[in-house]
Amino acid sequence: MSAVHAAADAPAALDIAAIRSDFPVLARTIRGLPLSYLDNAASSQRPRAVIDAISHYYENSHANVHRGVHTLSQEATDLFEGARAKVRRFINAKSAQEVIFVRGTTEAINLVAQSYGRPRFGPGDEILVSWLEHHANIVPWQMLCQQTGATLKVAPITQSGEVDFDAFAALLSPRTKLVALAHVSNALGTVVPVHRFIAAARERGVPVLLDGAQAVPHMSVDVQALDCDFYAFSGHKMCGPTGIGVLYGRESLLNAMPPWQGGGDMILAVSFEKTVYNGLPYKFEAGTPDIAGAIGLGAAIDYLESLGMERIAAAEHALLVYANERLATVPGLRFVGTAPDKAAVVSFTIDHVHPHDLGTILDHEGVAIRTGHHCAMPVMEFFGLPATARASFAFYNTRAEIDRLVAALHGAREMLG
Amino acid sequence: MDLKDLYRDVIVDHNRHPRNFREIPDADRRADGFNPLCGDKLTVFVKLDGDRISDLSFNGSGCAISVASASLLTESVKGKTIAEAEALFSQMHQLLTRDDDAIDVTALGKLGALSGVREFPARVKCASLCWHTLDAALHQQEQVSTE
Repeated sequence: MSAVHAAADAPAALDIAAIRSDFPVLARTIRGLPLSYLDNAASSQRPRAVIDAISHYYENSHANVHRGVHTLSQEATDLFEGARAKVRRFINAKSAQEVIFVRGTTEAINLVAQSYGRPRFGPGDEILVSWLEHHANIVPWQMLCQQTGATLKVAPITQSGEVDFDAFAALLSPRTKLVALAHVSNALGTVVPVHRFIAAARERGVPVLLDGAQAVPHMSVDVQALDCDFYAFSGHKMCGPTGIGVLYGRESLLNAMPPWQGGGDMILAVSFEKTVYNGLPYKFEAGTPDIAGAIGLGAAIDYLESLGMERIAAAEHALLVYANERLATVPGLRFVGTAPDKAAVVSFTIDHVHPHDLGTILDHEGVAIRTGHHCAMPVMEFFGLPATARASFAFYNTRAEIDRLVAALHGAREMLG
Repeated sequence: MDLKDLYRDVIVDHNRHPRNFREIPDADRRADGFNPLCGDKLTVFVKLDGDRISDLSFNGSGCAISVASASLLTESVKGKTIAEAEALFSQMHQLLTRDDDAIDVTALGKLGALSGVREFPARVKCASLCWHTLDAALHQQEQVSTE
């Protein structure tokens, strides 16, 4: 199990060395060199506590949930619902019924598009997103527009990579039926000041979905304080398993929405004449869920809470500041996305060295970064770039790893620049 | 697996100074190639004299491997017949994807410099994009994607 590395109420900084020993993969080497894992915005790594929680479940308590009266089924159900309760507390949802387990952020957004949007939207209606969005917060709405005749509107961004609030507000109209925004940009790291955007939308009675995939791992998120209607995030970016994620929805909206998949667990009674659907949250969880994934996510939340989200945010911000300083010394390096409020993500290019080559050369130094369009091709298009290199930090990263990144970038320039 | 196997001097040189990097305004054939994984985009222009490729060029943007591969392609294919170009495409495909020594690398001349790419599976598409694009141009398809 994970150690609590400092008393929960102590303001002391995190003990990074102790934390790193919680993550087995961080001890491995790449071609004999230590791994510097700087691709956390794509997927974070797992602490032993999460891996053990999943193993322990499979070795001791696995059965199907919500079905049997036998001991294992009861234990599995308790663990699964216990994980839901942890998620509720973690994001401060009013009720556990508002926490729907899904495969990830992408599935959560598709669920809202198909269950909330499809029965309601029609020609003339508009869905408003921003230019910052990940493809997962673009394509489901485009598909919905094709199905319903609704129109997708896009709020522009500025050269620093911030959503232009005035342009956003100007696009809000009586035709706007939903606003869907990134809380934190995956490609640039911009923290969107969502309170302002939500307030503007709610003033006009427009519901708001937030794509929180990049926010939940790095900051304290309170869905009631945000006053958003839907909030989507993924387990694997917050030290939890792949294949599990969460859709938070305001209970009144979820109650008014039809199921989007039919099957077991989402029903109360089935005959060939009529099926009575189950209540929340099960109405949206057809079929046997990812029980182990949910339990792993619960363990990840325990782990993050044992460190403290404020301390995590502070540690990551310190890494961002250090990375910005050090990267600025690399000749020909240009930062892409320079918003004043950023998560620990640095997107950049280097003159005469394509990001894809950087990715390969850095890998040879054991440094893992993401290169490409980051599933945000409109962002790349906005900056007139085919791709960027992106280093994204988690609380377990160190300054030494950033130094290795910078040294490898110098090497890449010498080789190809 | 040494990085120098991938970024050989010939590759670095052709990336820094790509040959035939221009548009042929009155090209007989052209096609766009796109690698959505990394954003590489290039256009291949072909001028034909009967079934002979009398001029060949490319432009666009991409990583060192894709630019160097396209540059080497234009040098190697210019002056060849369509059938010869297609035979070379087939050899290059084997060079980039097979891990045996079935291909005589020395017979490929400078193109043999790309043999290191097969040790880097994530980069094979970078090297083959231009060849797929040339193939599309010769078959009068306008677009090709490596996904």
